[in-house]
Amino acid sequence: MTSLSPEVAADRISRRQGLILVAPAALWTVAFFLLPVLSILGLSLYAMEGGKVGTDLTLANYQRFAEQGYFWQSLLNSLLLTAVVTAASLALAFPLAATIAFRVPPHLQRLCLMLAVLPFWTSYVVRSYAWLLVLAPNGVINQTLLGLGLIDTPLVLSFNFAATVLGFVHFFTMLATLTIYASLARINPRLLLAARDLGASGRQVFWRIVLPLAVPGLAAGAFLIIVVVMGDYVTPQILGGNNDLVLPQTIMMQIQRRGDVPMAAALSVIMMVVVAAAYLALARKLTADRA
Amino acid sequence: MPQRSDLSIRNASKHFGPTRAVDDLSLDIPANTYVVLLGASGSGKTTLLSILGGFTAPTQGQILLAGQDITLMPPARRPTATVFQDYALFPHMTVAQNVGFGLSVRHLAKPQIAAKVTAALEMVGLAGFGPRRISEASGGQRQRIALARALVTEPAILLLDEPLGALDLNLRRQMQDELRSLQRREGRTFVHVTHDQEEAMAVADLIVIMNHGRIEDHGPPERVYAQPRTRFAASFMGDSTILPAAFGPDHADTPLGRLPTRPMGGSAVAIRPESVLLTEGEGTLPLGLLTVTERVFQGAFARITGRIGDTDLRLRCPPADAPAPGATVPVHLARNGAAGLAD
Amino acid sequence: MRRTALTLAILLPMLAFIYLPVLTLVLFSLHDGRVPVPPFQGPTLEWYGRILANPRITSATLASIGVATLSAALSVTLALLAGWGLARHSVPGRKWVEAAILMPLTVSYLVVGLGLMVSYSGLIPKSLPLVVIGHVVLNLPLAFAILYVQFDRDQARLEMAARDLGATEAQVFWRITVPTLKIALIAAFALCFTFSWDEFIVAFLLSGFDPTLPVVIWGLLRTGLDPQTNAAGTLVFLVSVTFALIVELFLLRRRNAAKV
Repeated sequence: MTSLSPEVAADRISRRQGLILVAPAALWTVAFFLLPVLSILGLSLYAMEGGKVGTDLTLANYQRFAEQGYFWQSLLNSLLLTAVVTAASLALAFPLAATIAFRVPPHLQRLCLMLAVLPFWTSYVVRSYAWLLVLAPNGVINQTLLGLGLIDTPLVLSFNFAATVLGFVHFFTMLATLTIYASLARINPRLLLAARDLGASGRQVFWRIVLPLAVPGLAAGAFLIIVVVMGDYVTPQILGGNNDLVLPQTIMMQIQRRGDVPMAAALSVIMMVVVAAAYLALARKLTADRA
Repeated sequence: MPQRSDLSIRNASKHFGPTRAVDDLSLDIPANTYVVLLGASGSGKTTLLSILGGFTAPTQGQILLAGQDITLMPPARRPTATVFQDYALFPHMTVAQNVGFGLSVRHLAKPQIAAKVTAALEMVGLAGFGPRRISEASGGQRQRIALARALVTEPAILLLDEPLGALDLNLRRQMQDELRSLQRREGRTFVHVTHDQEEAMAVADLIVIMNHGRIEDHGPPERVYAQPRTRFAASFMGDSTILPAAFGPDHADTPLGRLPTRPMGGSAVAIRPESVLLTEGEGTLPLGLLTVTERVFQGAFARITGRIGDTDLRLRCPPADAPAPGATVPVHLARNGAAGLAD
Repeated sequence: MRRTALTLAILLPMLAFIYLPVLTLVLFSLHDGRVPVPPFQGPTLEWYGRILANPRITSATLASIGVATLSAALSVTLALLAGWGLARHSVPGRKWVEAAILMPLTVSYLVVGLGLMVSYSGLIPKSLPLVVIGHVVLNLPLAFAILYVQFDRDQARLEMAARDLGATEAQVFWRITVPTLKIALIAAFALCFTFSWDEFIVAFLLSGFDPTLPVVIWGLLRTGLDPQTNAAGTLVFLVSVTFALIVELFLLRRRNAAKV
């Protein structure tokens, strides 16, 4: 028997203990996440033949995606929706986060932030329904405008693209406020003093110090928005109705109406690819420069 | 060319609620002076620096630079530049972008900025570091980058807030020498805040000892050390023995006898440990027999604590000469060894 | 004064936008009328009475509580063990394991639900246990992210001190690790509970004949605007907010405690 060096022996014990502790979480992730995702990938390579999943590997589902405007259009709608929601949410969240971080007295900031994001904790089903109440033909907004005499007939505010955008923007303004605030609160206030001291104007301080240092928070917010907006079925279904379908709606349509799970799988793969691309594009911006 | 820049603080006060961080403080600083504001935390030294930099508006009083009132001038336009305590380097910029920031926001031409940045980095011994990221710089390098960034804007006054606090002892000593020679070469006024009395003595032309928002003493380091004005100044700089005293015109009566000194208005004298000698010499005065209670070896010297009668007294001597605890030795006061204090 | 005015000029309209739908929801759950639209009449608790008497809603509520409790407990347990193992032991390929555990964060809930549906439909029937499995997949990375950062050097020193004083690994775990992480564990549990409680699409795809509360509310939406839906939605919201406040209070208390 060869004797091990104490270092190697200790290392083996540590490894074994570590693996035992990590195993449950790792196995759970492999069995209930990686395997299902690979199943989706696999299933997307089979096509429905006469009401059953066929036996031959084929790219038919992807071909259908490429050829049929219906699928294409839903991807484009998803991309457009994601772009508009991301831009609008960040544009609204930034001033809110900056106001809380720089103008609200420090001891009130946490309270203020908590207040600003409390409705975030609503089920997305409930939140979308709540917007429906506000936007309905006889809902709060229309009744108010009618009462004020600003309009004569109710405006069509729900069941369209704009309503979906509004529902998402409402949710993500709160989320992005959290991520952007986290970035802004970490800025050393002396950096702003130093910039002023070196002659920078308020505008220069903002564009050259504050905004670049908020990039990790903006990128984190953008990424979370992209993941959810690309994949959410509920908000577009409740607020957008059946107009301008987005990718998750066509996926659900394939499952529920057509029973074509392989096509749904192929569309899901396309969705994952888009999100992965967004991640790769934003990954470098997610970490802050730390001096 | 360095401009003529006498700095004058007139009756400046800063109140935070009931606290007087700076309390009716006046001080004149001649051009080309290395000033150190020395004090414990809470003494008001940092608030005073902040008032000079334009980050804090004084509650009362005026700041004049070369005769011009700059009290309300914003930091961006003020001919001062600050080296912040943690340097406040912009983490998302390179070293060169940091140093060039003050020029860039004033819209200088790019080649001009590049030339000045190169020269500034050379001046602080960081030639060639321009393209590096801040996160790659060590503590000492960051210190120099912050210096270069402030000096490149050619301020009349450079303000340094505990600039060496984050550095280890050796680096701190080295940077003290460099700051000193930089100030000489540049010919600007440096105002340097620290709580470290050794650092203050190493760099200063003028030491200002602060306590409770007021000046306890100010003057050249040698004078402030040897002849502290107040009880606070005496105990803050080194470990003096402080004796109660009744003053005559040129002497003070203390528990150790009549000591030659000038009255400063208070009722105590301070004796530095190195002014208490184990041997007689020219102009010395016998203090009596000291019973040694403690001996601590400190490298270059030994610190002796003992008593004469009921009076505790500290002294320093070469380790080889140090008497052991329990020994009784005659001690003498060096010429001008006792300093009368104001209260 | 101008500063405060400007601050309020930004804050108040934003808060109005953020609270408009929630306040409308809550207000009209008390509406004395068949359609929850202005002008408001009431208040009445009739709709709350009706939904609490509706067996579909009560059984879905119980299902949701069960799923949320179980999935949160499982997520936190797995995350705690994995965090401890990765932080304290030399696990081979640590970076990859970390990345794998966090990966579900980057995938849509829809994909997770669909994946479980296609890969386990033959083995496990659509049921609440399958929903629990799905929710653990969604929440494990969150719980892991919260707990993993807690295993810092101070925490390691406490554990080392305990070992030095003779504690076995199990004693270290139960008497040092778990108590010192108590606050983070509670926060992680509350967060996982809320996410599971609110989650729809995975539950919709996997719950079969035992729907959770969001799935039942989804069904109610077919009938259009209905004060009963407002009442059910308000109850869901209040539960979520309660747990969110627990998260906030515990994380806040921790931060204040750290300052002392």
